[in-house]
Amino acid sequence: MFLKFSITKTIHDWLFELMPAGVAGVVEMILIAVVYLLIFAVAGLYLVLLERRVAAWFQLRLGPNRVGYQGLLQTMADALKLVSKELTGTEKADKFLYNLAPYFVIVTSLMALSVFPFSEEFQAFDINIGIFFLTAISSIGVIGILLGGWSSNNKFALIGAMRSGVQTISYELSVGLSLLTMVLLTESLQLSEIVAVQKNGWLIVQGHIPAVIAFVIFMIAGTAETNRAPFDLVEAESELGAGFHTEYSGMKFAYFFLAEFINMFIIAAIGTTVFFGAWLSPFGITDSIPWLGVFWFLGKTLLLVFLMMWFRWTFPRLRVDQLLRLEWKYLLPINLFNLVFMAGLIWLGLTIKF
Amino acid sequence: MQTEALQKYLEAWEFELTFGEETDQFLNVNVHPHQLLEFMRKLKSDPETYFDYLFCLTAVDWESTMEVVYHLESTKHRHILVVRTKTDERATPVLDSVSNIWATAEFHEREAFDFFGIHFKDHPNLKRLFLTEDWKGYPLRKDYTDEANMVIK
Amino acid sequence: MEKTLLYEELKSQEYFINMGPQHPATHGVLRLLLTVDGEIIKKVEPDLGYIHRSIEKMCERDSYQQIVHLTDRMDYLSSHINNEAVCLTVENALQLDIPDRVKVIRTIIGELTRIASHCLWWGVIGMDLGALSTYFYGFRDREMINDIFEETCGARLTMNYNIPGGLMFDIHPNFVKRTKEFITHFRNKLPEYDRLLTGNIIFQNRMKGVGILSREDAISFGASGPVGRGSGYSCDVRKHHPYSAYDKISFKEALQTEGDSFARYRVRIDEMWESMNIIEQLIDNIPEGDYKVATNAVIKLPKGEFYQKVETARGELGVYIISTGTKNPYRMKFRSPGFSNLSLLNHIAVGGKIGDLVASMATLDLVIPDIDR
Repeated sequence: MFLKFSITKTIHDWLFELMPAGVAGVVEMILIAVVYLLIFAVAGLYLVLLERRVAAWFQLRLGPNRVGYQGLLQTMADALKLVSKELTGTEKADKFLYNLAPYFVIVTSLMALSVFPFSEEFQAFDINIGIFFLTAISSIGVIGILLGGWSSNNKFALIGAMRSGVQTISYELSVGLSLLTMVLLTESLQLSEIVAVQKNGWLIVQGHIPAVIAFVIFMIAGTAETNRAPFDLVEAESELGAGFHTEYSGMKFAYFFLAEFINMFIIAAIGTTVFFGAWLSPFGITDSIPWLGVFWFLGKTLLLVFLMMWFRWTFPRLRVDQLLRLEWKYLLPINLFNLVFMAGLIWLGLTIKF
Repeated sequence: MQTEALQKYLEAWEFELTFGEETDQFLNVNVHPHQLLEFMRKLKSDPETYFDYLFCLTAVDWESTMEVVYHLESTKHRHILVVRTKTDERATPVLDSVSNIWATAEFHEREAFDFFGIHFKDHPNLKRLFLTEDWKGYPLRKDYTDEANMVIK
Repeated sequence: MEKTLLYEELKSQEYFINMGPQHPATHGVLRLLLTVDGEIIKKVEPDLGYIHRSIEKMCERDSYQQIVHLTDRMDYLSSHINNEAVCLTVENALQLDIPDRVKVIRTIIGELTRIASHCLWWGVIGMDLGALSTYFYGFRDREMINDIFEETCGARLTMNYNIPGGLMFDIHPNFVKRTKEFITHFRNKLPEYDRLLTGNIIFQNRMKGVGILSREDAISFGASGPVGRGSGYSCDVRKHHPYSAYDKISFKEALQTEGDSFARYRVRIDEMWESMNIIEQLIDNIPEGDYKVATNAVIKLPKGEFYQKVETARGELGVYIISTGTKNPYRMKFRSPGFSNLSLLNHIAVGGKIGDLVASMATLDLVIPDIDR
């Protein structure tokens, strides 16, 4: 028996039956927005909790385990505390930009979240230039960081913001190029297409050697783009205090904080989509049950998230000139070579397809 | 060099030196403030003495005079010498700085200036190190009083 | 008209950063005034005194037994060795004949203190460079030492175990057993430190060639301890002016010649191995005997001057007592290792990046109360 049912389609049909098309469209949009906001908040909060538990595990500690079962409500409590905190700021700050900055960061990461194919149907916005959209959006976030650092009238914040600018501009080259290498295989920028191509084997298998190289570069550059250790020069607490968000408090700080975790999730999700077949199950074992796609997608993404946490809790931080040297002298040339390598491979028909 | 040999060697130099008692832990030598800088330079540059390590610099308030004590060691010969210099002018004692001979003296002299009010001539950056710029008096002097911060038994 | 732009004309504006007194990298209330050109450091000026308690002035009104307690609060990570320094000075001045048992116990506890201090330093250096996990690994092992101390002296940080004339009380019956247990444990765990941090390529790039201090400069700046030995300057007081039981045992002085931050790092790691060797030589044959010799309730030193050097975890601590024959010292001076080591910070940090400053400062292993006595 071929069991196939779709929650999203059912809701969509039901809405359009109930009210005129225009109203239904608006209601649907609002519904989707609410769902994604929920995903955003819940994912952000639980990623924080996950990070804290993983960190504790690496550091011979227990981590938060008192609020709720195994500390499951800990970050909710923290968020409540942050909401109730006073919003402080420096007196001579550029108030408008200072207040605007956190929203820049959070809106961009929310936008990026919308294009991911969580499962075959669970995708809000299947744009035909999906990968391009993602790389474009993920680099807007840095404007928020630059604004925040510059407008808060604090030298530590300013240094942090400038470092962030340098770092993101450099590393998004590598992110873009390594994704481009994979796009050669898929011949499409649309995320649903990319997933469809992978039904013949995940791209990391299809492209074998150059794909693995591209994946390694993607993970390095992706970690750098999210400003996480070992590339956390932006908020290097032993050098700059808290870096660009030194002067932020309460909920505005929480926005930066949540966005950082969502960005990590986004990078891992891009990795999952492009290299590991998004919601596709290994060897098609659960292809008959489409909604299990969410499980596979999240499973793979969290595995990559865990990898990034592993980096963070074991590696020391790079220095700013070493950071740039790594990008411009090593990653970028390797990446360009890899692109040509991949093109040659496809030309010769040496890819692996099942 | 052993203490006696070192004393003999220093006595041969053209400085007005007075030596401490034999019971002292290290060889003590008193030098006039006018000759201090020259004497110190020679102690460092002479290959036989070669005192290149100033491990302690401190001031002592003897109520009527101010004394600065330099503990020197040679990393080559491993002998130790204590150089002392006294000045009678107590209100604003002025001595030569040895910070261009031993770099460590820069901080130690600033500390001595901070707590004893000894001015070191030609010091590159002689200002308060621990205390605030507008602090009145020199706390480690014997006649220093501070009603608020000191407990006197 | 064409004009060639010189570097000086292109130079950006220099600015000041106020690092501290509350800053994660300064490990306490040290304030550094940095003159920075972009990320490049032009000048470092330490501003001290935020926790200065004027211990030297307090000593002038205290008895010698009381002074010992004040020294705990200087370099709190090697409090035992500080206590020992004062006790040795007083004992030498009184010409007391200290039993061998006391000397050996003092040496063992001194070396345990050194390991504990280096463990904390190792944890903190990782944290300064962004590897946050090292802190907990360092503390795991330090905790075991603190437990041993707690059992024997009743305190974990400010120990006050030494008194002029010996020890306050005898070692706990478990002391030998637990110390041996710790040594076996730590011999297995110290290679873990190397695996986690020393071999890391990022760590090595951050440390090698950073904060170079030549041997001549090290001596001129009065560097001592691991800072001096990292520059190839043999300055171990335990070797050159042995005290307590150090003349009876054989140990290597950890020396590195590069003079950069990594050399100072290596010296401290090697020192932990050496400290374990020293403890192993002594722990099985602690001589029987008294744990103290009787002194007068009111100790009066003879008239004169007394100086004692000891090697703390940070370097050479000097205790200088000028006595006029009364029950208080006329003048007491502590030559603290951190004070001299801090003075060379400007020398090694200029020209580097802000990140380099943090790295070199971490390898100087500053303890601020030691500087701000």
